[in-house]
Amino acid sequence: MKKTLAFALTLVLIFALACPSAFAADKGSVYWLNFKPELDETAQELAKMYTEETGVDVKVVTAASGTYQQTLTSEMDKKAAPTLFIIGNQAGVKEWGEFAMDLTGTAIADELNTDAYNLYDEDGRLVSIGYCYECYGIIVNPDLIEKAGHSMDELKNFEGLKTVAEDIHARADELGFDAFSSSDMDGSSSWRFTGHMINLEYVYEEREEGAVWTECPATLTGNYMENYKNLFDLCINNSLTDPKDLATGGHDAEAEFKSGKAAFFVNGSWEYAAVSGDVPNATMIPYYCGVEGEEKAGLNCGTENCWAVNEYASDADKEATIDFMVWLVSDPEANALMVEQLGIMPYKHAVESSNGFLNDAAAYTADGCYVFDWATNYQPNVDEYRAGLVSALNAYCADQSDANWELVKTAAIDGWATQYAAANG
Amino acid sequence: MKGIFKNPIRRWGWLFLGPVTAAFCIGFVWPFIQGIYLSFCKFKLISKTSWVGFQNYAAALKDASFVHSFWYTALFAIVSLIFINVLGFAAAYALTQGIKGSNLYRTVFFMPNLIGGIVLGYIWSMIFDGILSRYGTSILLETKYGFWGLIILMCWQQIGYVMIIYIAGLQTVPEDMLEAAKIDGATKTQTLFRVTIPNVMPAITICTFLSLTNGFKLFDQNLALTAGQPFIIQPDGSTVKTTEMLALNIYNTFYGQNSASKGVGQAKAVLFFILVAGLGLLQLKFTRKREVQQ
Repeated sequence: MKKTLAFALTLVLIFALACPSAFAADKGSVYWLNFKPELDETAQELAKMYTEETGVDVKVVTAASGTYQQTLTSEMDKKAAPTLFIIGNQAGVKEWGEFAMDLTGTAIADELNTDAYNLYDEDGRLVSIGYCYECYGIIVNPDLIEKAGHSMDELKNFEGLKTVAEDIHARADELGFDAFSSSDMDGSSSWRFTGHMINLEYVYEEREEGAVWTECPATLTGNYMENYKNLFDLCINNSLTDPKDLATGGHDAEAEFKSGKAAFFVNGSWEYAAVSGDVPNATMIPYYCGVEGEEKAGLNCGTENCWAVNEYASDADKEATIDFMVWLVSDPEANALMVEQLGIMPYKHAVESSNGFLNDAAAYTADGCYVFDWATNYQPNVDEYRAGLVSALNAYCADQSDANWELVKTAAIDGWATQYAAANG
Repeated sequence: MKGIFKNPIRRWGWLFLGPVTAAFCIGFVWPFIQGIYLSFCKFKLISKTSWVGFQNYAAALKDASFVHSFWYTALFAIVSLIFINVLGFAAAYALTQGIKGSNLYRTVFFMPNLIGGIVLGYIWSMIFDGILSRYGTSILLETKYGFWGLIILMCWQQIGYVMIIYIAGLQTVPEDMLEAAKIDGATKTQTLFRVTIPNVMPAITICTFLSLTNGFKLFDQNLALTAGQPFIIQPDGSTVKTTEMLALNIYNTFYGQNSASKGVGQAKAVLFFILVAGLGLLQLKFTRKREVQQ
């Protein structure tokens, strides 16, 4: 009797362990490996909505900030690999392109209203398609600028920005607010300078060459590092926080800006939802850095938000995934939620965005200003490259000597070549 | 004899051993074998690999950052071993002398050990920077600050742990031996070095073994405290991460974006295993010799 019972229990145990995979649904399922932590809540909600509406299982997993590559690497190895994942730039195409199906002619590709944010591999396969685009620059609180006795019209070039920022910083005690919010160099904030602000150097190099990059250049000239320095110096020296205290971070730049303690905040359009409540007039200006003709500069527009569908998923899963994507960009209710989080989505049936910063970007473009493309997406071995730059900037913030700036230059320019060689060697 | 074989525990033992053995094989033995196999491959996903022989090992040994992190780690392991064990033993010795409130102290000293390494790393980076920023510097700016910062952190975390082991060891020192020493007129120092320490040698073996291997395997605290900073930016733009230890170096190599880097990271990990296992065994053999059989 006991023996039989033991065997029966063992069998139950084995079946319980083995069964979940035995009941795969015929209509396919979706596994979305999301890379934007701020989208997670909305994505989970949308997944639930979609499952209720259609009965198709949607699983959303969000990788923690800065660990997307690690998560993707391990998830792709599993039997139930992500069906929907992110390939955000050319380096990603090189790394993951073979795992992405060609989206040419699919229902989701037909929904797009522009080809501008799509990524193709060497064979011309459409490996990933942009689902939203973003812009970054310097977020300004116009009310504080006016309170300090200046006007937004002064902010048309580096000279103007410098005058205003230095004046505010000099009178910070009297005014009750400072010019720039903190420029922390820890992992949660350094990307604003090593990933975003440095873009101005790359873009002006592109403009000097006369064409935007279509692949990662092996070397940079570094001709515009001085301009990067102009703006970076302005940020760290006219701020709430002593430059020497930036290395380990711990300051909340967003809160400083929202609470009216700082007039400028280096960040991007994704911050609109967070800051517009407290600073309804917040607006975004370009990276003015002392380049001739920069009065005609616009914002940095581009995206790393590009969806790819797993080539190795079953046909049913692929189909379910594409249906889900189409639903996200065309269903009014679902899309409204997406747009609220992401801003403008480049799709025919997408809801209009109320993101003020993206509208600023559009206004600059409409005024005939040149757009900074996201050349920064080409940074070779991006994590290593940026880590080197952060270390050099830390030394520079602690002691703003020419020798230390030389190290920053070495990290940014020679570091590019070194990492390019490492990544392509 | 017959009775033993008829014993149901004997007959059904495999059923009870099974889950543990299976878990051990799935969670340890198999990944270990696979890891060794992968160190000879070029791969991105572990299900798609191509054999490259010893190429990864050659690349790993040629890597200057690996060599740097090896020496840095070795130095760290030795220094932390000495500090942790001397201080841990001192604390244990003091707390077995019948001081009032010993139990409270034991608990307090042990507590840091319950906090995760990442959290500790961030907390201590704030503490250090709170102090260093007064002098216009930061733990991320000087290699020596990063090194000693990590030593202080590890001491703070580990002393309580080894202390508990030493206390257990000290409590097993036979009273009659101590009494005999006293009657023979041994001083306190003589008693400590001639009687107590030889008798707690087993505890010393365990503690030095633990702190040596812990020192070599350290990862979380290293990542959270400095993540290798400051870097030396070399003229060609490459960097040497001056406070990067072996485990972090392996991690950074593995997730470097070069498609060949995963294999190299894996090869480094195998070398790392051989090193840690070898050192551990050597050290065990060395300290075992000094243990007293009671």
